[in-house]
Amino acid sequence: MELAEENLDEHHLDEKEVVDVVVRFAGDSGDGMQLTGNNFTEATALYGNDLSTFPDFPAEIRAPVGATFGVSAFQIYFGANDVTTAGDALDVLVVMNPAALITNVDNLVDGGLLIVDSGAFTAKNLTKAKYQVNPLEDGSLDRFRVLEIDITKQVLAAVAEFNLGHKIGVRSKNMWTLGLVLWLFDRDRAGTIESLKKKFASKPEIASANIAALNAGHAYGETAELPAGIHVYKVPKAKVSPGTYRNITGTNALAWGLIAGSELANIDLLFASYPITPASNLLHELVRHREFNINTFQAEDEIAAVCAAIGASFAGSLGVTSSAGPGIALKSEGIALACATELPLIVVNTQRGGPSTGLPTKTEQSDLNMALHGRHGDTPMPVIASSTPTDCFEVAIEAVRLATKYMTPVMLLSDGYLANAAEPWKIPDFSEFEPFPVEHYTKAEDFKPSIRNEETLARVWAKPGTAGLEHRIGGIERSFDTGDISYDPANHQKMTDLRQAKIAGIANDIPLQEVCLGNKTGKLAVVGWGSTFGAIHQAVKRARAEGLDVSHIHVRYLSPLPRNLEELLKSFDSVLVPEMNTGQFVRLIRSEYLIDAEALNKVAGQPFKIGDILAAIHAKITTSGSNS
Amino acid sequence: MNQALPTLTVKDYASDQEVRWCPGCGDYAILKTIQKLMPTFEQPKENQVFISGIGCSSRFPYYMNTFGFHTIHGRAPAVATGVKLANPELDVWVITGDGDGFSIGGNHMLHVLRRNVDLQILLFNNEIYGLTKGQYSPTSPPGTRSPSSPTGSIDLPLVPCEVAIGSGGTFIARTIDTQAKHLAAVVTRGHEHRGTSFIEILQNCPIYNDGIFNQVTDKKIAADFKVELTHGEPIVFGKERELGIRLNHVSLKLEVVDATSDDVLIHDETNKVLATLLATMKAPDLPVAVGVIYHEEKPSYVDDSQQQLISIRKAKGSMTELLHSGHTWEVE
Repeated sequence: MELAEENLDEHHLDEKEVVDVVVRFAGDSGDGMQLTGNNFTEATALYGNDLSTFPDFPAEIRAPVGATFGVSAFQIYFGANDVTTAGDALDVLVVMNPAALITNVDNLVDGGLLIVDSGAFTAKNLTKAKYQVNPLEDGSLDRFRVLEIDITKQVLAAVAEFNLGHKIGVRSKNMWTLGLVLWLFDRDRAGTIESLKKKFASKPEIASANIAALNAGHAYGETAELPAGIHVYKVPKAKVSPGTYRNITGTNALAWGLIAGSELANIDLLFASYPITPASNLLHELVRHREFNINTFQAEDEIAAVCAAIGASFAGSLGVTSSAGPGIALKSEGIALACATELPLIVVNTQRGGPSTGLPTKTEQSDLNMALHGRHGDTPMPVIASSTPTDCFEVAIEAVRLATKYMTPVMLLSDGYLANAAEPWKIPDFSEFEPFPVEHYTKAEDFKPSIRNEETLARVWAKPGTAGLEHRIGGIERSFDTGDISYDPANHQKMTDLRQAKIAGIANDIPLQEVCLGNKTGKLAVVGWGSTFGAIHQAVKRARAEGLDVSHIHVRYLSPLPRNLEELLKSFDSVLVPEMNTGQFVRLIRSEYLIDAEALNKVAGQPFKIGDILAAIHAKITTSGSNS
Repeated sequence: MNQALPTLTVKDYASDQEVRWCPGCGDYAILKTIQKLMPTFEQPKENQVFISGIGCSSRFPYYMNTFGFHTIHGRAPAVATGVKLANPELDVWVITGDGDGFSIGGNHMLHVLRRNVDLQILLFNNEIYGLTKGQYSPTSPPGTRSPSSPTGSIDLPLVPCEVAIGSGGTFIARTIDTQAKHLAAVVTRGHEHRGTSFIEILQNCPIYNDGIFNQVTDKKIAADFKVELTHGEPIVFGKERELGIRLNHVSLKLEVVDATSDDVLIHDETNKVLATLLATMKAPDLPVAVGVIYHEEKPSYVDDSQQQLISIRKAKGSMTELLHSGHTWEVE
């Protein structure tokens, strides 16, 4: 289906109270926009809004100052209702220079608030952003509420007492801006002040300057004569179920899920990886938690990483490796070794725009085919995908359960959006998670490495160091009966069938597919997997509010598929599959079930907007009022 | 603790698998020597692990009645590093060849050496690809005629021990497949070393490269073409030990002199510059050096990793504490 976007038309900065708001901070990659966004997120969570964030940064670490390709942005959608995406259009755009304006202004709604650091709109910066004339002067921004402030000047005045000099003083620009936006939405500064004190504990004068800038920005909002229509906006607290909450990114939830899995399985975990965007943060998070039974290994390359993980699994720990698409391709021979030797292994793929180096910092779902099929030989392995940042926690635990119970590599799909996005999380009670302790084999009598569990078909896990279990495994085909090398034709057939049956059998050990929103039968099912969850959920919710008969089905288990999925999909008149690829899951559905499912594809390095999916739903069902 | 162990013999180390190397292959001699040597280490057999990549030499683990893992081409050092990190108590051996270790697996070899993971690497160097039927390898001399170089190879070869020293290796030795006593002595030294021990074994391939090391293995002439290094002893060779090696202080090259010359070098296995020169000695000008070429003590990666873990895990992690760490808030 052709990608079209609908305007959701629900932005209303005229009111003093607004139900939800999308704010985007944009500036140079050195302007500290990510830090600003994270602090605003903390304050917003503490305020009690539901929220979702989308850090959007360039591949360049420090692009030339003022360049459009160096613009780093942080978007947050927060409100009184359930928020599952970072929002479509912007209500508030904060720009620190002309490049940030030109690359983001098209997403600001008419009537939206534009906060501009006019001090950065110099002739030089305007040229770098390819503005012929200063947009602050040519009337092109008239449809917005524009708040022009020479932030640089304001900041230097605010931090003058610390005598830091121009270069260091001006770095507090982001905190000044944050102070202003915190005022704008009635948020508390205390959390930011605390975190600044912590961050600059060894440089108290820098901490003080940043706090002074933050307070000055806030005071500016309170005292300055602002243009008409710009005032404090109240966003009511979200009605969420009682409990203790925290914010968490997909990366951290995934890391903590792996730790939780290792605790539940009562097994040591070795995380071996090689740095690659956007997967590296998983290593950074796990290495900080070696107080658990976690060890990490930064390998010399992607291949060494998967091989070290396999070595750890052979030795009785759980090996986990992680990368993004190009790195996963390099690991594929190793993954097949884990499959052939029937050792547990978790492979996390934080997908990014491909092919090749592609768009390293942007999101995509285009490695599904590789996850399902990208190995030599008949090499099946379970593939599961997380759908939201917080879902990463449970999916990681599930990966540990499947890998250890079935002695198999498991592919866990995340993506650049999930990895960096954050959302509030009602902290689960860990004591309610059911443990699944691993039992290494120890019985020396009649031991063979080919002994397997009749129900799961999993091979025994006999680790070195166990007396009487000395044995050899390897990549050469092994005898079903003895585990020794075998070139016997009938045996290869048997082992190939066994490998297929073992993975297929997992379908009996995973939950039936549920409908996450809407009826179990009807006109249209919108079927997604992975990080499209939020946008699909909101679009289906809006369509149902209009009275349309639409349901949202989101698939976590991509191989093997849930055993009721075919029946479920066939109970809808039509099926729409939005994906951030050219249609990889839709082809699987079509070929597995012979269903005329339709694709909706977007490969722009950006997540789906709610309006993208809503437009497709409208195109698919034009009748209304049929919903129950 | 060792007294409680049952006394093991060579038979305990032979697996029930039929050995499938070609008749006359140097690998048989190495296998026999290692099987005989293993009991002398007086370690629990279940703690010994042999890990290999792909190639003729990499079949080795199947024939050892220990834990073994025949992995994929070139990757044995990486797998072995994972094994050792998961269980530092294990005695880990990597079996590799010139192609496996220095062509497809060159990167892992470099890093396992510089990291100084605590394991032994036995590199069977036959200067040819055997299992893929005789192509030239990264150690084949230029001009090697093979199925992939019928008019003679034009690749310039590398010297495994030289590369190993350059990679930051901490124990570098060379020995010969059929010289059981020397092989056992060198491997024993390597096993004692805490860190990555790199032992190149000159190994004859009777099918594709027969006799390539004759000069150093043929008893009639070997004394003139080979020098056995012993730490603290003069570097002398020849049938009557009449020749010695000295450093020419002008050219900074090694050269052969009369053994009675007062500037014959004394082997110092801790001297890296000398070790590099000794590692590259070859005919026709110089004898091939065998024995421990280089040895230094450095912290091992696995020891350091364990030290960090012990220190970090003084306070064991709590999942509930982790989940509640940082900013949290209550919703009534």
